[in-house]
Amino acid sequence: MTLAISASDLHVSYGRLDVLRGVSFDMTKGQGVVLLGANGCGKSTLMRSLNGLEKLRSGTIHIHGEQLSTARGRQLRQVRRGMGYVFQQFNLVPQLNAFQNVLLGAMGRHRMGLLSCLSLTASAQERERALHCLERVGMADRALHRPAELSGGQQQRVAIARMLMQAPRVVVADEPIASLDPKAGREVLDLLWRIVREEGLTMLCTLHHLELAQEYADRILGMKAGRIEIDAAVTDTNTPQLNALYTGMTRVDARLGEVAA
Amino acid sequence: MSDTTNLPPRFRAPSALSWVVLVGFAAFFIQGIIASDISVERLVKGASNLVRFVGQAIPPDFSRMPNLADAMLETMNIAVVGVTFGCLFSVPLALLAARNTAPNGAVRAFARFVISVARTIPDLIWALIFVVTVGLGPLAGILAIVMDTIGFAARFYSERFEEVQKGPSEALTATGAGRLSVIFGAILPESFASTTATSLFSVEKAIRSAVTLGLVGAGGIGVELSTAMRLFRYDQAAAIIIVILVVVVGFEQLSTSIRKRII
Repeated sequence: MTLAISASDLHVSYGRLDVLRGVSFDMTKGQGVVLLGANGCGKSTLMRSLNGLEKLRSGTIHIHGEQLSTARGRQLRQVRRGMGYVFQQFNLVPQLNAFQNVLLGAMGRHRMGLLSCLSLTASAQERERALHCLERVGMADRALHRPAELSGGQQQRVAIARMLMQAPRVVVADEPIASLDPKAGREVLDLLWRIVREEGLTMLCTLHHLELAQEYADRILGMKAGRIEIDAAVTDTNTPQLNALYTGMTRVDARLGEVAA
Repeated sequence: MSDTTNLPPRFRAPSALSWVVLVGFAAFFIQGIIASDISVERLVKGASNLVRFVGQAIPPDFSRMPNLADAMLETMNIAVVGVTFGCLFSVPLALLAARNTAPNGAVRAFARFVISVARTIPDLIWALIFVVTVGLGPLAGILAIVMDTIGFAARFYSERFEEVQKGPSEALTATGAGRLSVIFGAILPESFASTTATSLFSVEKAIRSAVTLGLVGAGGIGVELSTAMRLFRYDQAAAIIIVILVVVVGFEQLSTSIRKRII
């Protein structure tokens, strides 16, 4: 059985700063993994490099057996098409309404790209599909609203609908609820995990709440200063062990003196 | 309070470089005044000439109004056609010149070079060049406006493209969309309001330049104005200037009200 995500010995640097310092992990299909770690420990960089948004210095990434780390052009787009990405800042196009934003999720699937995904030109099938995606996140009645007219939680729901529209097999969610209030965050996270489980998707999700992580995840990855410190089934972890991820030398740019202070 | 902190000085002597710049500027300024032979006597004479001009210009002679209307229409044709093509050509050029949309550094440098040439050469000189290449008449004016608009609009478009938030285009890139799809799906919609405002500014600018292009024979109402002035028919010239004023002000009002609605 091929693995959904297989990353081995990833190194990423910004200039002279080593951000990922040899990260390796595998994820089987259908697994839901939560990635924990303090701010600045390299979580986002790891997530971004899984989508090819960040260049690797060395190491290899396979997504469903397809080599991502050396892919270019069409090949890279092919891999990205199979991977949905949910951002902390939602990243909807502000000038377009929710419906059009969701339709844009299908761009990778069409040879004509954008031309097949404008509300004006998209096929009836795709338009229905987009509305269905909005229904699944409970936003069908807001289809013609622009992002600015929606609350943060609603915007993230639209972003999840866009991800659904893409029909990915793997989902990467980078702090999907970090900019939402606790109640909205809880609802969005519920929705996201429910959809992922219903569709049988593989998900890697970063969170800052230990309790939520323990509640939703099958498995927990813990990062500290650019390395994986914890990799265990959620039943094998305990709260003090997870809390330790947030103390001491957590940041990749930390210097000895600052930690002592 | 520690005694090592001093009050900031009231006055700090300028650096040597500032002195050089200041003295150089003053020398150039004085030399300019001497060279252009400015004297009170000439200014007084100029003022009396101005009174004579105004005296002859009033009342303005609108008897050639049908011809003037034709010429003004031609000026507006030049402006509208020129600015439309100019804005259309500016979009691809600006995409090639913006850091986040250019395919590579060499193309970007070339596109920026083209834009800065279009901007650096004034519209009247473009008109002279096109009068030589395509002959007298409105076509030369249209081409001159196209070049002038590119120099202005393409530069502002490309600056706007560079300022768009990275997030949305990154999100579309992450879906596996191609580069052009990302540009047209995220970057162009995000900069739509500001590019429209820039385009409306270009229209105002184009109307103003189209008026003067006739002076070098590139069609429009400028031809009428220069003829009237050369024949000392100041009353006709005054009528032309009034027509120009009304049209330009009207256009600016229209474009301002559209712009307010968009932003």
